[in-house]
Amino acid sequence: MISKSTSIWKALDWWTVLLYVLLVVCGWLSVCGASYEYGNPDFIDYSTRAGKQLLWITCSFGLAFVLLMLDDSFYRNFSYVFYIGMILLMIVTIFVAPDVKGSRSWLVFGPISLQPAEFGKFATALALARFMNSRTFSMKKLADVLILALIIILPIALIILQKETGSALVYFTFFLMLYREGMPGVVLFLAIASVLYFIVGIRFDEEYFANSTVSIGEFSVLVLSLFFTSCLAWVFRRKKSVSLFILLVSTFIIGVSYLISKYLIPFNFIYSVYLCCLIAITYLIIISIKSRKWGYSLIALFLVGSISFLYSIDYVFDNVLESHQRVRIEIVLGMDEDLSGAGYNVNQSKIAIGSGGLTGKGFLNGTQTKLKYVPEQDTDFIFCTVGEELGFVGSSLILLLYLLLILRLIVLAERQTSTFCRVYGYCVLSIFLFHLFINIGMVLGLTPVIGIPLPFLSYGGSSLWGFTILLFVFLRLDAGRAHRLHG
Amino acid sequence: MSKHQYQNRKFVIAGIAIGIVLVFIIQLFSLQVATDRYKKNADSNAFLKKTIYPSRGAIYDRNGELLVFNEPSYDVAIIPREIVDLDTLDLCSTLSITKEYFDERVAKMKDRRLNPGYSVFTPQLFMTQLTVEESAVFQEKLFKFPGFYIQRRDTRKYAHNSAAHALGDIGEVSKRDIANDDYYTRGDYIGRQGVERSYEKQLRGTKGLEVLLRDAHGRIQGKYKGGELDIKAAPGKDLTLSLDIELQMFGEKLMQGKLGSIVAIEPSTGEILCLVSSPSFDPSSMVGRKRGISHRDLQRDPTKPLFNRSIMATYPPASVFKVAQGAIFLQENIVDVNTTFPCYHGFVVPGLRVGCHTHPSPVAFKGAISTSCNSYFCWGLYKMIDNRKYKSPAEALTVWKDHMVTMGFGYALGVDLPGEKRGLIPNAQFYDKIYGEGKWNGLRIIHTAIGQGEILLTPIQIANLSATIANRGHYYVPHIVKSVKNDTISQLYRTPKQTSIDPHYYDYIVEGMRGAVIGSPYGSTARRANIPGIEVCGKTGTAQNRGRDHSVFMGFAPMKNAEIAISVYVEHGGFGATSAVPIAALMIEKYLNGTIAQERDYLVDEISKTNLIPYDLKKY
Repeated sequence: MISKSTSIWKALDWWTVLLYVLLVVCGWLSVCGASYEYGNPDFIDYSTRAGKQLLWITCSFGLAFVLLMLDDSFYRNFSYVFYIGMILLMIVTIFVAPDVKGSRSWLVFGPISLQPAEFGKFATALALARFMNSRTFSMKKLADVLILALIIILPIALIILQKETGSALVYFTFFLMLYREGMPGVVLFLAIASVLYFIVGIRFDEEYFANSTVSIGEFSVLVLSLFFTSCLAWVFRRKKSVSLFILLVSTFIIGVSYLISKYLIPFNFIYSVYLCCLIAITYLIIISIKSRKWGYSLIALFLVGSISFLYSIDYVFDNVLESHQRVRIEIVLGMDEDLSGAGYNVNQSKIAIGSGGLTGKGFLNGTQTKLKYVPEQDTDFIFCTVGEELGFVGSSLILLLYLLLILRLIVLAERQTSTFCRVYGYCVLSIFLFHLFINIGMVLGLTPVIGIPLPFLSYGGSSLWGFTILLFVFLRLDAGRAHRLHG
Repeated sequence: MSKHQYQNRKFVIAGIAIGIVLVFIIQLFSLQVATDRYKKNADSNAFLKKTIYPSRGAIYDRNGELLVFNEPSYDVAIIPREIVDLDTLDLCSTLSITKEYFDERVAKMKDRRLNPGYSVFTPQLFMTQLTVEESAVFQEKLFKFPGFYIQRRDTRKYAHNSAAHALGDIGEVSKRDIANDDYYTRGDYIGRQGVERSYEKQLRGTKGLEVLLRDAHGRIQGKYKGGELDIKAAPGKDLTLSLDIELQMFGEKLMQGKLGSIVAIEPSTGEILCLVSSPSFDPSSMVGRKRGISHRDLQRDPTKPLFNRSIMATYPPASVFKVAQGAIFLQENIVDVNTTFPCYHGFVVPGLRVGCHTHPSPVAFKGAISTSCNSYFCWGLYKMIDNRKYKSPAEALTVWKDHMVTMGFGYALGVDLPGEKRGLIPNAQFYDKIYGEGKWNGLRIIHTAIGQGEILLTPIQIANLSATIANRGHYYVPHIVKSVKNDTISQLYRTPKQTSIDPHYYDYIVEGMRGAVIGSPYGSTARRANIPGIEVCGKTGTAQNRGRDHSVFMGFAPMKNAEIAISVYVEHGGFGATSAVPIAALMIEKYLNGTIAQERDYLVDEISKTNLIPYDLKKY
């Protein structure tokens, strides 16, 4: 027993532990700043939020210790048990949880409240790892893919039933892990492309080039599709000539018509972009028929799809989306400047961060956060406090800490010998990345307002413990790697 | 290891992570470093900058009697962003205003052309100058109107209803005032007229600032940095005027029903003892919300009560100007004190006659002043302008004009009141323009000799002439502020100005002026100014005018070490001796003796009841 525990301390990845401790400490300081009341600088008092967070942190250190002490085979063997137990807990939660601001996701045990969804991610990650670790598993088998989808969709459905849509979105981050494990890259590419089209198309739809009727949004999306088409030809068909042909012809036609429109005769040069698209599609289909390689047709199809996607966005935006959803998107894209209305949170958050300047106002000197201008400032909008009090330098440093943590986790995941450990590792880092992306994106006004916490920084025991468990189980698995190799 | 082929995908995932963080850092940079827009926003969010208004300086008369002081009034301010569920009707009834007035005020407040500093985050002035009672009613219901605030502001209160022109008034700053001086913000008060305007900087003090922290609900959370950034308000400085309010009120009483002016100066200092411009108005009518209506009414009055005749009206000085002429003739050796000129009921040369009244002829310098002989001064001017010792009449006139200017004519004296006029002393170019260059001589401009024609002086210039004579050749620039508390008055008012006339010539003038009062072998014009026990010296004038002549008097007393120099100008007052002389005499007696002797008491009543305002102006 002694030899085993010493070997764990030796094999443990202390770099990750260091990053974890740094982030948690930053988190506590931010909560101190965010919940600080004038004239009451007592951070240790349990009745204050800072005091409570200190208690959660102490508990999570204990939790981390316990997790490291357990045998690593324990996690593998009990994956499905965890998963099923969690699913059952979530079902129970739907029925017994009290209604908190419209969501039924909190289990209350006397003075302590828990959010099972925070632990659902951990259980799902374990179940996915266990399932994909089986010898017969293959991404190419439809049955396996369906079971994978089921494992992911089940908790999503339950969380949506708890009316916590934001937390449900986190599960889509497993696509990143699936991509690493062999999911076709096209799926990821299409997802990214459609998000880009959507944001660019809607954001600049109503803005025009100077002295012309050409919408910047429409023009940019079409040019972007042509560019992607050219890239696809290069990456998937390995044909530089096709790719270059599309790129050069388009650049020439669009460039010349833009110059003519600007300096000679103003005309709607969007037609020249249409012409380029038409040429590219025809060209790809001709090559496809000539060479009998259907890949070219698929690329042509992508271009056709992109164009139809663009023109359906407007329809979707105006006719399909509910008005409050539309409002939220408009705010994020900076289209609506109604400051006191729905954009209040994001606007106040930008004001708080922007007022921090280069070096910030100093610890506990922020005015916007102290005076409660930013809602949810110690939970979802905790990064505002960082931005205001530590400024550009401090917030960038914290972002870099996160980046280091994620890159370190990639390194750790890649050095795993078992699929179980690697898949689990990728699940963990994907979850961190997604939380980082959505949370900070929201605070900075780049992504829609979705209420999910920032790992290690946001106030709250459930989320801190959830992330601690995710991380330290992986560290335990990683530390057992050497043990397994030799034993 | 069949899955080895996907190992490179770790770079894609790492790339996505790096890309996301990079985009965030760029966005952070653009929010925090590239613009200070958010910083400003944050400040207006969190800081409530409360202006602390200083109390405006009080104004006293020369004997320390309080003339103008402050009375609290209340302004209603709004922070537009903080208004929730406003019950407009309740608000209007509480403030006893109409809904239309409310809408109008809000529209004005939001109009960025009228109110460039409009912001939903900062207090905006909504209504001004509520009385104590009105504000008490509003204060009681203030909790119902979040976003409304009451600010205490001082308004002016006047102890007497006189000296309106000298004291002036204050009013809300105009857009131009704000543009000229960034001390002011909309709704501030600024001196509009009188000393309130000319001593604005001393009277207003310095505004203070309190930086308060305000939370998201608009609640004040205390002082920012413990009040480190607060600025204390410095109260305005008190003014002591040189005005004698007793004399001022007495003068205003005498000038009732007349158009004109009385200016009295202490010759040894240049301090203005009284500055009466008639008709006048009650300064209290220019305070508070009724200011607009009163001002409009006064502006429409054809007798022009707002017009400060004592420094703004330019009149022909008539015969009082002869003493200035005489001084120049002596200085230029055109005459000596014994030179006589004939007077055949006037100045008679072929083709020209300036009439004169009956008196012994020929007459020498002192007698000419005492009896106000037109002929003597016409001869004098004629001999000077056409004198061979000058190259041309133009050069002679230039010499003459330069002397005049040193006596304080032709330019504004520099009185510490706004709007002083300069009058007119013609120069050679002026006559060249009228008659053609070289085509005029002494005879052409002979009316100038007796203060008619083109000559124009303000009443204060006439009073200053009197003070200069009393001082035998020097004067202090007349000023109405005797002292500023903890401050000094301008050097301009403390240094004497010497005229270009030798002091000893003034003795002849003084004797002549004394003769005009007590009588001389050649006659006298101002006998009614003779007060037993006081050596009054004086000179009358009768300015020819369409309609009834203007009555003018200038004088000082006592003859040596004069304590008061005075000018009285009564429009349409007839002969100088008729209206102006008795008024001046009473003023001098009042100032030097403190009271009017019983045997002349009837005069006060009689004069104050005399109405000399022409019928066509009166009918208003």
